[in-house]
Amino acid sequence: MKKMKSPHELLKEIQNFDFLNSVMLDINVSDYELSFNIEHTNIVKTLRLLRDEPLLSFTQLIDLCGIDWPEKKERFQVAYNLLSMNNNSRIRVKSFTDNNNSLPSITKLFPSSDWYEREAFDLFGIKFEGHKDLRRLLTDYGFEGHPLRKDFPLTGYVEVKYDEGKKRVIYEPVELKQEYRDFDFESPWEGVDYPNEVLKDD
Amino acid sequence: MIKDKNKKFRINFGPQHPAAHGVLRLVLDLDGEVVERVEPHIGLLHRGTEKLIENKTYLQALPYFDRLDYVAPMNQEHAFSLATERLLGIQVPIRAQHIRVLFSEIGRILSHMINVPAQALDVGALTPSLWGWEEREKLMVFYERACGSRLHAAYFRTGGVHQDLEDQLLEDIYKFCDPFLKVVNDLESLLTDSRIFKQRNVDIGVVKKQDVLDWGLTGVMARGSGFEWDLRRAQPYETYEDYDFLIPVGKNGDNYDRYLIRIEECRQSASIIKQAIEKMEKGPIICEDKKIAPPKRSEMKRSMEALIHHFKLYTEGYDVGPGDIYAAVEAPKGEFGVYLVSDGSNKPYRCKIRAPGFAHLQSLDYLSKGYLLPDLSAILGSLDLVFGEVDR
Repeated sequence: MKKMKSPHELLKEIQNFDFLNSVMLDINVSDYELSFNIEHTNIVKTLRLLRDEPLLSFTQLIDLCGIDWPEKKERFQVAYNLLSMNNNSRIRVKSFTDNNNSLPSITKLFPSSDWYEREAFDLFGIKFEGHKDLRRLLTDYGFEGHPLRKDFPLTGYVEVKYDEGKKRVIYEPVELKQEYRDFDFESPWEGVDYPNEVLKDD
Repeated sequence: MIKDKNKKFRINFGPQHPAAHGVLRLVLDLDGEVVERVEPHIGLLHRGTEKLIENKTYLQALPYFDRLDYVAPMNQEHAFSLATERLLGIQVPIRAQHIRVLFSEIGRILSHMINVPAQALDVGALTPSLWGWEEREKLMVFYERACGSRLHAAYFRTGGVHQDLEDQLLEDIYKFCDPFLKVVNDLESLLTDSRIFKQRNVDIGVVKKQDVLDWGLTGVMARGSGFEWDLRRAQPYETYEDYDFLIPVGKNGDNYDRYLIRIEECRQSASIIKQAIEKMEKGPIICEDKKIAPPKRSEMKRSMEALIHHFKLYTEGYDVGPGDIYAAVEAPKGEFGVYLVSDGSNKPYRCKIRAPGFAHLQSLDYLSKGYLLPDLSAILGSLDLVFGEVDR
């Protein structure tokens, strides 16, 4: 088995490809992994190159993950985690999109992205153009909303119970016997960003 | 004679079905007895783990990982602990690393001792499950003696493990290994050459090399098809580099090869457990940094500072610094990964759980096309699914 390729080494190899070099934004390289952002228009081309180029051969899509950043201009981020068993290396490609736009589906490149995209659609409402069967996956039949969005409350909106009269399971608005307790224990003295100008004059 | 158009029909398999290994609903399109299409409906055990983790501190998030693949709980905790440790940039003491290896391998045996007999049960053999469960029971007692609970361990903490192991426990685990190998042999004597077992598994559920790549299959599913790929060897974590073990690789990629690999992995795991106990020396079991690991109880009784640290850790927790990381371990079922995004607060901003079973179940439609209905349950058994991790 080959030794794991170091991310720094991998970055050098990737930079030899003009196309990749031109699309990579905010490259982040650590001792453990290499990741970068790309524009969503470049997703298919980039992933295809990463997969088909024998020097890289990232042939397995290990994971596809949505992330919600409500305060950003483009709200949703999608991270593609790729693995190359041949070269023993990993890479992560990320891209942004928002509520109105969709990302290109990569089910044709990686059949395994089918459920991952459905999951991201279910939990975040991220749309994937070209996906044949973009239905909910994890949540209940007829569920409304996208639970992993930051503005979706932890308790949800509805709860289920068995109704003895109707002899079936029914949905009701969620009713908490006690308010959800969310204490902010974070120390006010750590991790606060003071504006630099103020400090300079102090 | 039934007319052709009447032979095609659609049936519901599960969500309550003994061969579904939990709460799985399959919508099957059949042509007579031939499976034409399988549509898994998952999510019946969806508990919103990822959402809950976003609302908990790193320490509070850890026990959720026991509840994913609940037949091998500590392997999941391992991935999360590795992710936080890598973000924090801390080192785990050597004894804790050996303990983690030890319990990861116990987890592997726990998982295989439920999957192999369950696969046998799916094709009609009852005895293996009685024998397999007995071994699991013994191992769960070791779990209990190490951390106080049989299933939901919460034992692998960021920076090390929660409690030290007693010498007596290590001795007992060591003594477990050799008799266990005999049980594995006994299990094999029931199944490996059994005509019925072979008829039901050889050449069923064949996974080709390209399928492994296309469907993101890992672990035994990949090794069964001839990939010599094991994260313990390929991308070593903890002290796995120092261990001497073999990686069984299949040739045909069918159910039977995967069964053989699981059996052999049990033997290798037993050997790793023994090595771990031999290598283990006295020493610290969790990192010294008191901002991450809690102080000892005895210390807290005397030192004000220790008391403050304890209080701060269990209320505020710690922050791992901004950034994101993907950490994966070779769980018994395949590559179990945690993708952690941190915004620099004391709670994970996003924690994506990459469960091997999710990818494996997804390939079921492709794998079982053209096989007979009874083969479907054999394939399901061989995929090694636990719905805790598939549904999350």
